[in-house]
Amino acid sequence: MPRGNKTTSVLKLLEGPQTLGKGPGFWSGCAVVLALACAYPLFADGYDVGNNVYFFNWVFMALGLSLIWGYGGALSFGQTAFFGVAGYAYGVFTINLGDAYGLTLVSLVAAVGLSALFAGVLGYFLFFGRISGVFLGIVTLSVTLVLERFMSQTAGPEWAIGSARLNGFNGMGGMPSLTIPWFGADIALYPDVGLYYLTLALLVVVYLALRMLVNSRFGNVLVAIRENPQRAEMLGYDIRRYQLVAFVIGSALAGLSGVLYTAWGNYITPSSMGMSAAALPVVWVAVGGRSDLTTTLFGTLLVLAGFQYLTIYGSQYALVVMGFLLVVTILLAPSGIFISLGSFFSRGLRRRQARESI
Amino acid sequence: MAILETRKLDKWFGGLHVTDEVDFTLEQGEIHCLIGPNGAGKSTFFKLVLGEHSPSGGAILYDGKDITKAKSFERIRHGISVKFQVPGIFQALKVRQNLQIALQHHLQGASLNEETDRLLEFLKLKDAENQLAGSLSHGQKQWLEIGMAVALKPKLLLLDEPTAGMTPDETHATGEMVQALNAEGVSVLAVEHDMAFVRQIAQKVTVLHFGKVFAQGTINEIVADERVASIYLGEVHA
Repeated sequence: MPRGNKTTSVLKLLEGPQTLGKGPGFWSGCAVVLALACAYPLFADGYDVGNNVYFFNWVFMALGLSLIWGYGGALSFGQTAFFGVAGYAYGVFTINLGDAYGLTLVSLVAAVGLSALFAGVLGYFLFFGRISGVFLGIVTLSVTLVLERFMSQTAGPEWAIGSARLNGFNGMGGMPSLTIPWFGADIALYPDVGLYYLTLALLVVVYLALRMLVNSRFGNVLVAIRENPQRAEMLGYDIRRYQLVAFVIGSALAGLSGVLYTAWGNYITPSSMGMSAAALPVVWVAVGGRSDLTTTLFGTLLVLAGFQYLTIYGSQYALVVMGFLLVVTILLAPSGIFISLGSFFSRGLRRRQARESI
Repeated sequence: MAILETRKLDKWFGGLHVTDEVDFTLEQGEIHCLIGPNGAGKSTFFKLVLGEHSPSGGAILYDGKDITKAKSFERIRHGISVKFQVPGIFQALKVRQNLQIALQHHLQGASLNEETDRLLEFLKLKDAENQLAGSLSHGQKQWLEIGMAVALKPKLLLLDEPTAGMTPDETHATGEMVQALNAEGVSVLAVEHDMAFVRQIAQKVTVLHFGKVFAQGTINEIVADERVASIYLGEVHA
């Protein structure tokens, strides 16, 4: 196939049966949202902009869970395990290697790679052992809780890798921020406008790449497995392999979240792998609408913003509200708030048109 | 030449001997129906051929190759295809996409779309191509699944009660579909209860009883066999 054709056919995958939104209307909407996101730092204080990078950091994990759960039908309750592994790995690498020569970026890639490797090993036993449904959730949750327990007891000085102390439940700190090597003076990305644009750019790339993935032949098979694993297998697909690949990609994205979070706050604690941390991604993704990348993206940002607001003003009640939100979503809007609201309004509109036409 | 052959195929579930040294042969290009009273071991035999159960003993040969140890998806890739009793379709996806997921194995681009259209016509589902598969009528769902099974261009098609829950008209139309596929060279093994359907399509019939091959022959020979009639009425227990 000529090169031009190939590019077009790859770009075509940005739209397809597995993603909401198509045509000029949708993409101009996207462009407006992106332009607003790009313009935001021009009107806000650098400190606030840096703080708000926090929200973007989590979205990668949510998109990964959408791929594994929403598209693949496998509910992983332990994506925070990969978040934590990559976060700690970034800390250990960068504390030992330092931030010169672009080594923080190498550490980012290595840490994400490590979480992907971990997901590959765990996923191999899960999917090739034919573990599915609620058991998959139990095993993955157990893994993240075990890691939390383990890291919590690493307070003593004997728990150090090179010069990086793990620090137990107090958490590991003091790792450098992401630093881009530059002639003369390296650019350290502290929580400020620079980091904001880098994270935003990563988010756009990951979102578009995932859209192409789920609309590809691979994505077709993935949703087929969600709908009816037996039928998918009896069409000649080795479903274990597809589930494993989706799990590894989704978990690597959780790892990316972990690295970005750790580099952003120069800090990570075992509680990032604990029970409430593990439950939150499930809430974000379920509330927004797990079976679509766009609803997951906006749902996650919305719920995170609400959670942050409640944490500031309502303290401990925030988690209770999150639990309530999950229950309400599952009972009233199982496909997520955006899709349910959309179909509610279009139903109302149709009914009104029908009344008027009588 | 035999497309499917089982040699002393055996399956125990605990102390229960469900498949008892079954020697079975399905010739290339044949439509072969498997019948028998409830609990005769038809479904188990079917699942053994498909690789959903692994046998306790014996061998399964497909096109001369031993596939006894092959995984289900590997058997499908060799050229076996299956339609389940309860329609196994992708409910939340559109009819067209259901077929495309099956077809994308060996086709892409324009030829994928052409073949999808051809299949939709064959299945009488052209008007429903953009509906969700879950919203089809029961008979249409059965056809859609037959379409997905056929999309793989199988050499051997396994049908597990393909007409379960169909109206007599739908049953007859299904029989015609199966015969049309057979005319293109597809061998068929069907487990079926509906004797009218068996009469319509079967070139050969095997009767299973208590996990053993009880009788074999053309449909007329089987119908004339008094022993077969009596096992359906519960008089013979050996």
